Amino acid sequence: MTLASPTIRPVASASERTPVLQIRNLSVDYGYDDNAVHALQNVSLTLHAGEVLGLAGESGSGKSTLAYAATRLLPPPGVITGGEVLFTSSRDGHGGDLLRMSDAQLRAQRWRDTAIVFQGAMNSLNPVYTIGKQLIDGITAHSPRGQKEAAKRRAMELLDMVGIPKDRLSSYPHQLSGGMRQRVMIAMALALEPEVVIMDEPTTALDVVMQRQIVEQIMSLKNELGFSVIFITHDVSLLLELADRIAIMYGGNIVEDASAREVYREPRHPYTAGLLHSFPPLHGPRRELRGIPGSPPDLMHLPTGCNFHPRCPFAFDACTTIDPVLGPTRFEAEEPHRSVACLLHDPAAAPGPVPVELGVRPPGVSPLS
Amino acid sequence: MKFLLRRVGFYLFTAWAAITLNFFIPRMLPGDPVQSLINKYQGRLSTDAINSLRVLFGLNTHTSLWQDYLSYWGNLFHGDFGISFTYFPTPVADVIAQSLPWTLMLVGISTIVGFVLGTLAGVGLGWRRGTWMDGLLPVANFFSAIPYFWLGLIAIAIFGVAIPLFPASGGYDGGLEPSFSWDFIGSALYHAALPALTIVISSVAGWILSMRNMMVTVSSEDYVTVAQAKGLPERRVMFGYAARNAVLPSISGFALSLGFIVGGTLVTEMVFSYPGIGYVLFQAIGSKDYPLMQGVFLIITLSVLVANMAADFVYAFLDPRTRQEG
Repeated sequence: MTLASPTIRPVASASERTPVLQIRNLSVDYGYDDNAVHALQNVSLTLHAGEVLGLAGESGSGKSTLAYAATRLLPPPGVITGGEVLFTSSRDGHGGDLLRMSDAQLRAQRWRDTAIVFQGAMNSLNPVYTIGKQLIDGITAHSPRGQKEAAKRRAMELLDMVGIPKDRLSSYPHQLSGGMRQRVMIAMALALEPEVVIMDEPTTALDVVMQRQIVEQIMSLKNELGFSVIFITHDVSLLLELADRIAIMYGGNIVEDASAREVYREPRHPYTAGLLHSFPPLHGPRRELRGIPGSPPDLMHLPTGCNFHPRCPFAFDACTTIDPVLGPTRFEAEEPHRSVACLLHDPAAAPGPVPVELGVRPPGVSPLS
Repeated sequence: MKFLLRRVGFYLFTAWAAITLNFFIPRMLPGDPVQSLINKYQGRLSTDAINSLRVLFGLNTHTSLWQDYLSYWGNLFHGDFGISFTYFPTPVADVIAQSLPWTLMLVGISTIVGFVLGTLAGVGLGWRRGTWMDGLLPVANFFSAIPYFWLGLIAIAIFGVAIPLFPASGGYDGGLEPSFSWDFIGSALYHAALPALTIVISSVAGWILSMRNMMVTVSSEDYVTVAQAKGLPERRVMFGYAARNAVLPSISGFALSLGFIVGGTLVTEMVFSYPGIGYVLFQAIGSKDYPLMQGVFLIITLSVLVANMAADFVYAFLDPRTRQEG
């Protein structure tokens, strides 16, 4: 899906932003021995109340692993090797570290606080139960006994909310189209009015018309119910349109974290710049589609230093030895909320000023001397 | 409803084909019952006796094959399968009626017990894959690989002879008359224990393995992850989402094994000299008792068909996706 031009949402000022989900130094391995693949390395990410946080990157960059790890749904042989995931309710302040909760606590927390919409709309519903049964069992698992009727009413309400006739409650998943199934999954995720909804490529399996409808529905429901969203996709153009903030992932790390407008207009990381040059803008001057030469890193054999340096047009000697950490940009004074993981932004290591492509200044700000 | 009718129609056709084959096959075999009786008495039958036997078996009248076929059907509907040579002059229907309950009770119950135990164990093993419980798999594999007759003989040698805990053969104590008295039922259960145990042991491993593997496959389905993410109780995810879908292939296998209860127990009943239908079939084959063989084969065919039909309906009940296409 390609967008017209990004709808710019005002970025809430730091003072009114309350974090609901804080992921800190999360590391995930696939495999148990020395040959384990390091799928995530010290990833930190914060989701604020009411925010839409986009998580973008190529296949294998760790986007979905991050979502599964943060909710402790990682299938074996995935192992969380470190970090914490703090949930803090913006309603009553309850919460805690998801990675250290007991199974019972975790089960009570799931769906009520954080719900997930998975990418496979086709396979996310149990084929042998009606969708009504599947909507209701999620609700009753979190409510006192004997609330069956209330749960059923709620299930009808939910279907209505996503625009599916109520009598579809007794349909089996195979009797619904792909788009309807994904709507059912969204309705299911919103059943308990969670504060955080993680959407793992919710539109990938759908055609573009349906993608548009689903995305619009998610956004209007979000405005109505006020939940926060982590939206995972490889479709950067989609994120530019709907996300408040975008985190770009590469090879198991977050390489840039900034508002959607900033990512679009003023990318600071060479990889982000490369991504933006990989799809055509509909408006504005024509520009050459360059793509990014090379292929994503083999997580079994990560390059030394910066993961991106073999494909980076701006790489210099230090990139092969020093692994950059997510930190402030060279323009920290004007954009303190942004962060980037690139040695070009480290005054101590960079050989010179930031290259022009990565140093675009917002309009009205004088270029850095 | 349309689905049900179509399935019933299909099975009626299959039953007709099977019964018809059952009529023609023995007629294509060389020799006749009188010849085999002559052989049985090793030529000590006089010519008069042979002639009267021919009259008795209806071999003196030369009717057409078609008329034979029609009267075969007529007799079937009256439950008349002819007269057994082995248990001469008992009608085949009586022989089967006497032996069938023994088989149904022994093999039926132990097959069901094996299926239920194996499937439940498979659910547990599949759900907790990667733990110490995986160590049970080679044991299960070992038991499923043992030839049944050998397992049966070893069981008799150990528990029937070396440590005489159980009787080594027979269906009940020889001194008792079959009746519904406690003595008789107790004796029947006591005699059934060892064969039942060997059947359960040899069948349970197969159910464990197939169920465990399906559980592992189904556990990685998205809907199981969704069920986990919903915060459903673990039991509910395990049985309602994972096992509920994983059991579907096992159901077909179970139906087939129900069908073979009647026919597939030849070895058990031979090894344990158990008075069931398998033992009867063994005797019938040994003495070329064609009417009895025909009757037993017919019962086996029909029971396989009935079991398959039951499986079809159960499957349609369990899996909504199969209801539509039919």
